[in-house]
Amino acid sequence: MIRLEDVHKSFGDLEVLKGINLHVAEGEKLVIIGPSGSGKSTLIRCMNYLEEPTSGKVYIHNHLMSHKRRAFINKIHSSMVFQQFNLYPHLTVLDNLTLAPIKLKKVPRKEAEEIAMMYLKRVGLEEKANVYPTTLSGGQQQRIAIARALTMQNRVIFFDEPTSALDPEMVQEVLDVMIELSHEKNFTMVVVTHEMGFAREVADRIIFVDGGNILEEGTPEHFFTNPTNERTKAFLSKIIR
Amino acid sequence: MFDASKWELVWTHRQTFIDGTLSTLLMALFGLLIALALGVIFGLMSTSRSKAPRIIARVYVEFIQNTPLMLQALFLFYAVVFSGIEGFSALLCGIIALGIYHGAYISEVIRAGITAVPKGQLEAAYSQGFSHISAMFYIVLPQTIKIILPPMVNQVVNLIKNTSCMFLAGGAVDLISRTNAFAVGEGTGTAAGQGYIIGGVIFFIICFPLSMLASHWEKKLKMRDVATVKARKKPDDISDAELDMIIENKGGEGNGRVDGQS
Repeated sequence: MIRLEDVHKSFGDLEVLKGINLHVAEGEKLVIIGPSGSGKSTLIRCMNYLEEPTSGKVYIHNHLMSHKRRAFINKIHSSMVFQQFNLYPHLTVLDNLTLAPIKLKKVPRKEAEEIAMMYLKRVGLEEKANVYPTTLSGGQQQRIAIARALTMQNRVIFFDEPTSALDPEMVQEVLDVMIELSHEKNFTMVVVTHEMGFAREVADRIIFVDGGNILEEGTPEHFFTNPTNERTKAFLSKIIR
Repeated sequence: MFDASKWELVWTHRQTFIDGTLSTLLMALFGLLIALALGVIFGLMSTSRSKAPRIIARVYVEFIQNTPLMLQALFLFYAVVFSGIEGFSALLCGIIALGIYHGAYISEVIRAGITAVPKGQLEAAYSQGFSHISAMFYIVLPQTIKIILPPMVNQVVNLIKNTSCMFLAGGAVDLISRTNAFAVGEGTGTAAGQGYIIGGVIFFIICFPLSMLASHWEKKLKMRDVATVKARKKPDDISDAELDMIIENKGGEGNGRVDGQS
């Protein structure tokens, strides 16, 4: 579904990704962990070309990504949920969900709204359809953002630290929605997160990124019982209490 | 000043003032259209990711903002007139000069508006499959309009007042030129004071409502921001005064900012 071949990314003199090779299978739930500044966010942002790799290739569903193809490939294959939600503040919740399907996928408004309401219901916020996002709590906004991603009805969703900007008491409501999503077999999820409980429960595979390289990868059992890499061990010992 | 005969003199020559007002409004309206078009084009260019359009926009803005409008208008009028182009009226000269001058200021207003929209908005749009242009159109510019409305109205007010610079460039048609012609005219010069007062009153009647509109919008926007923040508080934490402010401010919008709490 997603393939990265020798992906490098530099910001000026700083090389953030140093040759990433990665394959994410269709339906796989991949969790990316790593310390801040490790390049994990840049890695997931390279997958939908929010960051364009300095060199290397990114394939989504066998389509080679490029600057020109970004809009089209993202439209038909993937959606993203951001740390800062990034809902459109000038639109109501319902319009946030239906804007892209109506304008980009040419879905008739009525149909788009029905689909949107279905997903709002799924994240438990159908009664918020007609309010503006700024009136909602962080947890609610992020659930709306997930519903917005789902309304695109694409098979890949990228989650870039979806709970890092939330107050602690709101983290679980968002994780619950994500866990529920992970039960869908043909849905591919790539999640950058520090939530180890979530990773353990949901991930088919975890990769540990540091210094712009993938240092270790394996199943949750492998990671939480006998990680081999020293840096992985050090990182996990700090993050799991 | 209270000599009725002098006010009568103004009244007999009222057509002078009406004509002046009309050509000033005409000049302002078409000048504004040009300024808006230039403002949007150069405003977008100045936020471009490529260097060339940014530099071109910068040169335009700096050159126009750092030379007097009067000089630009004089140059335009006399350079064009003496290059022998037929039918270049003072009115047309005024429209072009004002358009170019205020286009530079409006492009700065638009640039500031675009940069005030957080980068995450564009990224969300890209991740959904919007191209840069469609993301600007559907997501960034609609958010920009609210930010730039107040400074934009100020530009319109300035543009209307700046029609007075056309007095020296061709002149003779706009409100200032007509007012002055009346004030120094052979038969009307005795009522010079009254003439200037009328000219000023007309400008005030046109510009004051616009200024009021601008400050009303500004106040409303600020209040809304406050209301949005307050509405995030738990209902128990909102004081009576804050509550009134939120309710009052909600009036025209009715978008449920308070009931977003649950």
